[in-house]
Formats: sequence, C-alpha cells, structure tokens
Amino acid sequence: MSRNTTNILDRPLGRGALRGGDQSSVSLSAFAYLYSELVQYHQSRVASISELERRLEHSGYGVGLRMLELLAYRARESKREIRLMSMLQFVSSNVWKSLFGKAADSLERSIDHADEFMIVDYEPITSTFVSVPSDLGQLSVDAYISGIIAGVLEGSGFPARVTAHSVAVEEGEGGGR
Amino acid sequence: MSTVLLFVIVGKNEPLFEAEFNKVPGSTTQDSVTRQNYFVLHSAIDLVEKAAWTTSNMYLKVVDKVNHQQVSTFLTAGNIKFMLLHGGRSEDSIKNFFTDVYELYVKLSMNPFYKYDTPITSKSFDTRVRAVARRYLS
Repeated sequence: MSRNTTNILDRPLGRGALRGGDQSSVSLSAFAYLYSELVQYHQSRVASISELERRLEHSGYGVGLRMLELLAYRARESKREIRLMSMLQFVSSNVWKSLFGKAADSLERSIDHADEFMIVDYEPITSTFVSVPSDLGQLSVDAYISGIIAGVLEGSGFPARVTAHSVAVEEGEGGGR
Repeated sequence: MSTVLLFVIVGKNEPLFEAEFNKVPGSTTQDSVTRQNYFVLHSAIDLVEKAAWTTSNMYLKVVDKVNHQQVSTFLTAGNIKFMLLHGGRSEDSIKNFFTDVYELYVKLSMNPFYKYDTPITSKSFDTRVRAVARRYLS
C-alpha cells in the first residue's frame, strides 16, 4: 500500500471562500462526531469542570493561531491589524465565515467595562449536538471556540481573556478583554 | 562584508530560525564579523517593535542602518519578525524574498505538531529558504 506523501511545504494553501469551487468543507456530522470524541477524551482525564474547559480552550488556541496566519496570508493584502476594534471585527466576520460558513451574529461592547466585548452566535456548532448533564451544570463546551478567539487575539498582540457563556433566549459567546 | 546576508526569524522571546547566505562558497567569515552581524540585527529588534504598532503594513522596509549595513524587516500577522541584514539590495527583491518565505512559514505553521513561537528545525524548510534566497538575493 503506497501513499503519495507530499511535503507540507509543497502543498497549495488555497484561495479561500471567494471562488465557489475552491472552498473545501467538512460535513457538520463529521465535525460533531470528532468533537464529541475530543470532549470525551478530555473528560476522562480531568477531575473538574474548569480543568475540562481549560483543556478545550487549549485545544482551540492552536487553531486560532493558525487561522490568523492563514487568513492573513490568503487575504493577500500584506496588512496586519493593529487596532483592537478592527481586530475584533476581523475575528467576528472573517474567522467566523471561514470556520463556520457565516459571520458571527453580532459584536457588542459591554456597558459595564470599557475593555469587555461580546461576540454573539446563536448556534455555535460545538454545542449544537451536546447535552450537558445536570451534574456538570456550568460547563460550556464552547470553550473550544473561546480558545480559538483567544489564539487569534493573542497571536496578533492583544492579550485577552475569553470565556463562553450561554444566555437564555439567545446563545451568547465569548467576552474578550 | 556586504556579500554576506544574515536572515533571522525572531519570535517573542528567541530566534526561531537563522541562515546565512554567503555569496562566496567555501570561505568562512571571521568570527568578529559574524558576531557584529548578529549584534546589529538583534539591536534592531527594539526598533522593529516600536515600528510594529505604527503601521499596518507587513513589510517594514529598512528599520536600521549601521555603517554600510541595513536591516529590513517583515512582520507576519502573528507578530513573528523576519529580519534580513544586508549591504544594500533593491527593495523589490527583498520584498519578494520575504513574501516567499512568508508563504513557507504559513505552510509550516499549518502543521499541527509545530508549536507557535518555537525554533524551526525542519530541514526542508531550511532548503527551501536557501533556494528562495538564491533566486531573489544573489
């Protein structure tokens, strides 16, 4: 059995979502299955909810860093974001579109704290197929997405603390500082 | 020596990759010249950090000039600095060099086993960077 092993440095990086045929996507069920395995893997190795969330965030962090470099490269503009607001808009539109197929539902600034922001997503794909048992009440498996956001922000020079919360009627997500 | 080019990729804390592009194969530069090259390049890092927040361009052109040598820099989206110490090359060729190395760097970082901001040890990356340098800088 032989397999073509192309060196990673020789493979094309793709042009992103603009061209119809170019975008390759993964089925939601495949992702949900893989993600549920990821959560179960970590769950069997931790003793507390916060540790599980921390591990999920850590898993997402690497994804965030790579998305940052990849999207900046694909945009072909040779520009970096140096202001916080434009960075947050980059996260809530470009990163979201490239990962989930649509922009985040909204980006809001908190009234109580000047340095706190919220990115709202009504149906984050990581928790759409997850039911949290009552003994893990506070757990939010969207910690993975928090990790992705934190990776993007910290990679570009904006250290941030990102957490995921769900809000009753709408699903709320992320608060960065 | 204006024929020796020193290329360093610098992360947040330490150099991640170093390469010297010697135009004369087989000769070795003196120790003091090498040390001076490293010193000049590393002292330019402060200037790069200062300039990083003033412009949204990735290519920062020449950030420092010492004697006859110049340091040009390119910043990636993740604030990784590509720095080149040279004795005067055209802006365009340096920009093309940086763009190609940037493409290699992005491909390298897609590897899930490569941890961001750690030294780059891949031999094929080294080979390809040298090939790019031969194409644009000699």
